Amino acid sequence: MILARVIGTVVSSQKTPEMGGVKLLLLEKVHPETLEGKNDFVVAMDSVGAGTGELVLYVSGSGARMAENTKGLPTDATVTAIVDLIEKKGTVTYQKNN
Amino acid sequence: MILGIVEGTVVSDQNSFDIPGGRYLLINKCNQAGKLKNEFLVALDLVSAGKDEMVMIAESTSARETPTTKNKAVDAVIVGIIDKIDENDKVVYTK
Repeated sequence: MILARVIGTVVSSQKTPEMGGVKLLLLEKVHPETLEGKNDFVVAMDSVGAGTGELVLYVSGSGARMAENTKGLPTDATVTAIVDLIEKKGTVTYQKNN
Repeated sequence: MILGIVEGTVVSDQNSFDIPGGRYLLINKCNQAGKLKNEFLVALDLVSAGKDEMVMIAESTSARETPTTKNKAVDAVIVGIIDKIDENDKVVYTK
């Protein structure tokens, strides 16, 4: 799974019917320590209700089709987790403030 | 499989992995001698790997070829802890 931040949403009205109504998120991969964006973006389906600005994990490849709401859908990137905390070498580098 | 060093943990209460008690580790990819690449991924731990240990990770569809991860939305699992690597009859890594 890859660490990324939800940068925004992607709207597409004209798409293959199989894509269904699943929300599309714009993600930017981030460095786990600095949490800086890597200028490396991907559009992913949302399976956990992630909001803009949140740090998430996304699954790529066929694993993306295994989440509850993406079974059998033509997706190769799905957000499958909202990150609460990252600990690296003993220091907490990220903590979600909710 | 790729090699990586365990550098930390990632906690997520709200997720769709559907794996009760799943432990997710922050991995820094490395070469056979343990030289870090500073490329990170998060993998489900199946072998109770510890901090700074070199591990072996299965990615993509193969990650789901275990009872725990069958049909789960997971694309990276730690399948082994490395004890030793030798290259051209020279040991390049030991635990």
